[in-house]
Amino acid sequence: MNWLLEPWQYGFMQTGLLASALIGLACACLGVYVVLRRMAFLGDALAHTILPGVVVAYLIGFNLLAGALIAATLTALGIGWFSQRQTVREDTAIGIWFTGMFALGILLMSTVRSFRDFTHILFGNILGVGPDNLWILAAITGLVLLALTLFHKELELTSFDPTHAELIGLRVDLVRYGLLLLLALTVVSCIQMVGVVLTSALLVTPAAAASLLSNRLPQMMALAAGIAVLSGVVGLYVSYYFDVASGAAIVLACTACFGAVWLIHAYRRRVSR
Amino acid sequence: MSLPTRPTAVFLPYTPHRHTEPVAEAPAVSVRLPWLRYPGAKSFALRDIELTVPVGARIALVGPNGAGKSTLLKAIAGLLPVPEGEILIYGRPLGGCRHRVAYLPQRHDIDWRFPVDVQRLVMTGRYVHLGWLRRPGPADHALVAQALEQLGLTALARRQIGELSGGQQQRALLARALAQDADLLLLDEPLNAVDADTRAVVSRVLAKLQRQGKTVIAATHDLGRLETDFDGAFYLCEGREEPAPPGAFVGLIVGRERPLSAAT
Repeated sequence: MNWLLEPWQYGFMQTGLLASALIGLACACLGVYVVLRRMAFLGDALAHTILPGVVVAYLIGFNLLAGALIAATLTALGIGWFSQRQTVREDTAIGIWFTGMFALGILLMSTVRSFRDFTHILFGNILGVGPDNLWILAAITGLVLLALTLFHKELELTSFDPTHAELIGLRVDLVRYGLLLLLALTVVSCIQMVGVVLTSALLVTPAAAASLLSNRLPQMMALAAGIAVLSGVVGLYVSYYFDVASGAAIVLACTACFGAVWLIHAYRRRVSR
Repeated sequence: MSLPTRPTAVFLPYTPHRHTEPVAEAPAVSVRLPWLRYPGAKSFALRDIELTVPVGARIALVGPNGAGKSTLLKAIAGLLPVPEGEILIYGRPLGGCRHRVAYLPQRHDIDWRFPVDVQRLVMTGRYVHLGWLRRPGPADHALVAQALEQLGLTALARRQIGELSGGQQQRALLARALAQDADLLLLDEPLNAVDADTRAVVSRVLAKLQRQGKTVIAATHDLGRLETDFDGAFYLCEGREEPAPPGAFVGLIVGRERPLSAAT
């Protein structure tokens, strides 16, 4: 049993575990809406568009997380604005916007001599989270969970029946903006864990697995959170013992969870037939 | 998790300052539309419509598919911009009496795969009375239970909405409209492609609504049971009002057209 406990004697592993649990919780719960409202592409785009924000923050010696937050918020508002105009189709607009911003980020990165720090942004470094960033992560997760609780009925209704929402005077676009802002916050914290490139995995995979197991929204969120936190723990073990990149290990653990759930689901359907 | 709000908490409506009282003696609905088109569309969906529905009447909007029945209902529900003309609900402009108006959409307007159960779907009918932050209280649950029972859905209350048959889904939507406890019900094809059971239940509900003095406007393309379920009929074709076909039910006259036989 010693091998189970051994990693946790290091402070950075403890912080890493706590951080991944916090991030996993926020990602998984919000991820359920991302999956059900078919916003997966949007989550991915948000993750990519914050790259220039982070690079600029680095260049001027500003907190990277804060830089990411500002960029993500601006992007969320921009996407909301764009999709209201409907001059181009929404997925096209997002595609143009996100590749452009990502390219700008890479361009800015190439002006800096050392590329090293930026690999953490691209691929995540959960073990590099400092205590001050841990507070920011806790605040983000707290805010996301609070908003999901307080506005549960509005988020739910606008997701499955926007017509009724509109009828009773509930602003569907306002709720969507709110959701985009929450998504932006979550994506920023997610990037600490698995980086820009793999962020959407953490948003989508646990929630998708949960959606196969349950057809109740709160239960789905709880299951997704469980899967995300478990994947975080498993990924950290794998990364500790095999000395591999933690972000990739966590994402693969999520993928494995989804695979297992999918098999259970397929088996159940065969039995019930 | 302890929740910060109780049913007794302050009412924060979704659209503030809009819950106005009806004008005394005003008809439930009065519509005057020179034309109406969908935003971005070039052709007119409705032309030259005048309709006055007194309080307590049950009116059928009759016409083939594409006649503009759904468009007219959506306009009355306040779901379409009305650039010219006027729609008054209880004598007030659109949006003034939101909580008094329930709208039953066509089934395809809803994402039936979404993980909510029947009871929750019906509960969304109470949201206009709850507003932001407030959670449903005992009174809301009682109204939902009552609506479910009226439509014979009590046994299905905990089913995910996608597991229902078409007729049951239609009944669930009608249950929501009842749970809203509205005075004006706008029903888009409540009898479209439903089983005999559902048809009977819907008929019973329509009769009960009349006894309660509620106003109902329902779109239908079925000429069959008009006189049993409705007090009057308004015929539409290609976006315009039409005189009733010979021998068809007319009842209460709500439009401008007189039946052909009466005109001679």
